[in-house]
Amino acid sequence: MKRSARYIIPSSQITPENAYLTRRSFIKSAGLAMAAPGLALGAAGEAAAAKARAVEDPTLYSEIISYNNYYEFSQEKTAVAALSHDLVTDPWSVSVEGLVKKPRKYDIDDLKKSFGAEQRIYRMRCVEGWSMVIPWDGFELGRLITEVDPLPEAKYVKFTTLLDPKQMPGQRKSYFAWPYVEGLRLDEAMNSLTLLATGIYGKELLPQNGAPVRLVVPWKYGFKGIKSIVKIELVAKQPVSLWMNTSSAEYGFYANVNPNVDHPRWSQRTERRIGDLRRVRTLMYNGYEKEVAGMYKGMDLVRNF
Amino acid sequence: MKPTGRTALLVALHLSALYPLAHAIWDYHTGGLSANPIEDITRRTGHAAIVLLTASLAATPARRLTGWSFFVRLRRPLGLYSFFYASIHLMIFIGLDFGFDWELIWLESPKKRFIVAGLAAYVILLSLALTSPKYMVGRLGAAWRKLHRMVYPASIFAAAHFVWLVKGDKTRPLIYAAVIGVLLLVRLFPWTARSRGS
Repeated sequence: MKRSARYIIPSSQITPENAYLTRRSFIKSAGLAMAAPGLALGAAGEAAAAKARAVEDPTLYSEIISYNNYYEFSQEKTAVAALSHDLVTDPWSVSVEGLVKKPRKYDIDDLKKSFGAEQRIYRMRCVEGWSMVIPWDGFELGRLITEVDPLPEAKYVKFTTLLDPKQMPGQRKSYFAWPYVEGLRLDEAMNSLTLLATGIYGKELLPQNGAPVRLVVPWKYGFKGIKSIVKIELVAKQPVSLWMNTSSAEYGFYANVNPNVDHPRWSQRTERRIGDLRRVRTLMYNGYEKEVAGMYKGMDLVRNF
Repeated sequence: MKPTGRTALLVALHLSALYPLAHAIWDYHTGGLSANPIEDITRRTGHAAIVLLTASLAATPARRLTGWSFFVRLRRPLGLYSFFYASIHLMIFIGLDFGFDWELIWLESPKKRFIVAGLAAYVILLSLALTSPKYMVGRLGAAWRKLHRMVYPASIFAAAHFVWLVKGDKTRPLIYAAVIGVLLLVRLFPWTARSRGS
């Protein structure tokens, strides 16, 4: 597997998974006070926990696969893994269509074979104020888009998740206008950070993480990373995402990570890395400012949240 | 109600009120908390607080419905347990979630209506808890009754807190709010079963 080192977290900082499993138990005992009725987390315990796990260490695989926002299955993060366990992800096809010269329906195995996978370790910042560091395996979305050859009118990319209430119990509730839809501006989609992921930690993506293929846009809030994609369309008009449709005052089209633009519920100034008890400062564009800020030059980021 | 029935009811009350705490401690030690344990216990304690507060609101209508004045004796322990969980909930928010970073808390909180509503509910519960000992009832007299009616706005604040903090599908918090609403509304109607004594 090819490893690209230029993306933010140097591979020298990656710890083999088993090495921090032991650290983890240390954090556990240090944080013990948390569950005691007295509830005083001792200062010593806090310091120990802080030392135990560096903030840019990849999140444990066990955490990545057990704490998931995937409303098609459940609104309870810890319930998603079990409910999504039997999702059929093979056979699977992804249709790439719309304003393109060469529309094509890709079988998932063909997609993986022809585009391969490289590891990219990205931060993932959820709009709810927690974050992970995830070693994704995938390929640049731009390569796929180039292959289908967009027409000049194509300005945006619209993504759609599988609609299958039989397999996805959350879709039986009509509160959301299923299926899940997300969108990117064409330049965002072509940015070399933007990934179609098919694996994590060198293992095939599990359903709770968006198997068999999902979007990863590390400078945007996690909900932009649409899961279990069945359709990618090149379009002329800005797509309306499921979350924009649900609550347009809270969720904008861009959803770029921005500590200076507030959300009515969650603090966007800080975040908590899963596996750590402290909050850390949230970085502009989730720390990918150098790679992406140019795309938003002169834009009012408060209005275009 | 017979004395054995009362004892059973009280035992059931204490057991079920302590269950969420015991469950959280058990889950902590057996790895049953989520990967975001602070969020997990914040939600659990908040949930316990609002359920117990709702239960305390149900005591008076239950007495009216059945005529058993014993139900009213459950109000105080239910209210105090609710206050207990709300206190843990708030301490987790301040101490664990924000690590006593008062500057950050001050920056964040006033703009978030769910935090303001939650704090309002807590301040009321605190004042009710402080005046809950029996000797305070006599000392404050009529003022005590007035003060303790503040549990109604407290429950409205608590319901608003829950509704406002949930993103997307608000079905569950709205059901809680509806139950609280019904328990408040029935108080406006003068129907009362005659007391059958304690």
